[in-house]
Amino acid sequence: MCDTQAPRSCKWFALSHYHRTVHVPDGFIDAPTSVATGVVAAAAVAVSLRGARRELDERTAPLAGLVAAFIFAVQMLNFPVAAGTSGHLLGGALAAILVGPCTGVLVISVVLLMQGILFADGGLTALGVNITCMGIVTVLVAYGLFRGLVKILPRTRRSVTAASFVAALVSVPASALVFTALYAVGGTTDVSIGKVATAMVGVHILIGVGEAAITALTVGAVIAVRPDLVYGARDLRQRLRLRVNGELVDAPAAEPAVPVAARSPRRIWAVGLVTSLVLAGFVSFYASADPDGLEKVAADKGIDEKVEEHAAADSPLADYGVKDVENARLSGGLAGVIGVGVTVVAGTGVFWAVRRRRTAEGADASDASPASTSV
Amino acid sequence: MGTGHAHKLYRHGHSPVHALPPHTKLAAVFAFVIVVVSTPREAMWAFGLYAVLLAVVACVARVPAGFLLKRLLIEVPFVAFAVLMPFVAEGERVEVLGMSLSLSGLWGAWNVLAKGTLGVAASVLLASTTELRALLLGLQRLKLPPLLVQIASFMIRYGDVITDEMRRMRIARESRGFDARGLRHWGVLGKSAGALFIRSYERGERVHLAMVSRGYAGSMPVIDEVTASRAQWSYALALPFAALVVCLLGWSL
Repeated sequence: MCDTQAPRSCKWFALSHYHRTVHVPDGFIDAPTSVATGVVAAAAVAVSLRGARRELDERTAPLAGLVAAFIFAVQMLNFPVAAGTSGHLLGGALAAILVGPCTGVLVISVVLLMQGILFADGGLTALGVNITCMGIVTVLVAYGLFRGLVKILPRTRRSVTAASFVAALVSVPASALVFTALYAVGGTTDVSIGKVATAMVGVHILIGVGEAAITALTVGAVIAVRPDLVYGARDLRQRLRLRVNGELVDAPAAEPAVPVAARSPRRIWAVGLVTSLVLAGFVSFYASADPDGLEKVAADKGIDEKVEEHAAADSPLADYGVKDVENARLSGGLAGVIGVGVTVVAGTGVFWAVRRRRTAEGADASDASPASTSV
Repeated sequence: MGTGHAHKLYRHGHSPVHALPPHTKLAAVFAFVIVVVSTPREAMWAFGLYAVLLAVVACVARVPAGFLLKRLLIEVPFVAFAVLMPFVAEGERVEVLGMSLSLSGLWGAWNVLAKGTLGVAASVLLASTTELRALLLGLQRLKLPPLLVQIASFMIRYGDVITDEMRRMRIARESRGFDARGLRHWGVLGKSAGALFIRSYERGERVHLAMVSRGYAGSMPVIDEVTASRAQWSYALALPFAALVVCLLGWSL
């Protein structure tokens, strides 16, 4: 419906923008957390500024600016769902896949900054929270997942589209989860975190499905016309082969491919692991120190006696604490660290297994039919 | 879009607030919002005083109340959320008009409503008294990385162009009988978005080439350096300082 009105003026533009993207306002998250997320956001933007130069070299400013304008515009494109309701794109995953993670973070941050200053959309003090949740987390989760999937799946365009679907689908609830975590640390109201998490993730999985479908369709459309523009699918480019005297010969590489991931993946791994460990251990050490207001009130008033225990309540990590560790803070922190460890081991195991199988298959296939890849 | 290069949120005028250098205004608004957010929510009168301060600024800037209030509508989604809070939050309950509401939820709702509204009002005042280009210059002056400012300025400069391109694509779709009504039509819209991306990206490449051919080497020349005198700074910072006094009173009382 809104789509049938042309965005004739910025004012209309701003107003129409509002009722659909809800950004965190001032006063929602307390001052210390806002400052902390502001620092995180500033650091991420600084890193991305460097990274974007690597992705786009000196074309960074005009290209990133135009992509930001694109994200801004495409957020207004309505995708009708049914009976007058419609969805629209948030754009984090799309930006990451199309122009790369660093440029993606930059673009989303600039869009959020301009929305905050110009349209008062999202509080100025909440800028850090907004950039962290909607820019950094969305882009990193989406791009990480996307790269992982593209590596595992067969090298076809269809799998790029599928990977972007999954990446966008997961990125939206992930961002909601991080927001919930921030709210747990610095929320200004005693709403039970469980409730917030359930509501946020539930709603955002729905939003994520829409986001995923739109992102996949858009990536699919770009890849059909200009596959070279899709940053995430650079590996899919076929090598140029020439037919010389009736034989197919690999053309000599024109130039050594620019190592886009100049940093070794091992280092990124290490940094990511250490960050998650610190966050899980240290932050939950403080966050879960006093039980949240509600749990405390519930305990004081004896309301919680009738709370049904979760099925996994007997697991050694139940209630985010390690069973036989007395100190609540320590056990909370420890549980966080163990959780990260288990996740990393499980994730790595799956990736490793799948990848090994694939390389084995690939070797067989290339032995059997050397010409089969020369499409 | 026939109004030249001013954005529609800007309200042309010649008031003292319009005349202030942009970076002083940006700094003042940031400081004001920080002070407001760090005020204890129990000091209800403080928020009233903040509102009065903003009203004074609006008066000096000759921004009509109706204009300001209309812009505040932007906040409606948060209001809806805030209204829900007393029902969702737990803790001590109070009976209001036969409904059982949470006390902490009520405080939370008040907190978000008051601080959110004041934040939005301050941003709206800033946007309606400062031109876009001046805002970008101000950001640059406040030591935002130049590359970031450049990206932002390209985004603002080409925002309308890209939006217009999208509008023309919609007109083209509709003149061919396309009417998006449900999920079945997402494919077409997705293709439009993809085409829009390709056009934006290619436009970016053309813009870059045009810039290079005019001598661009990675940074934009600063042509008009904005400076602020001490009087202008003190004039702009009067708002956050007044707010700080209120805030300190709020903590001590």
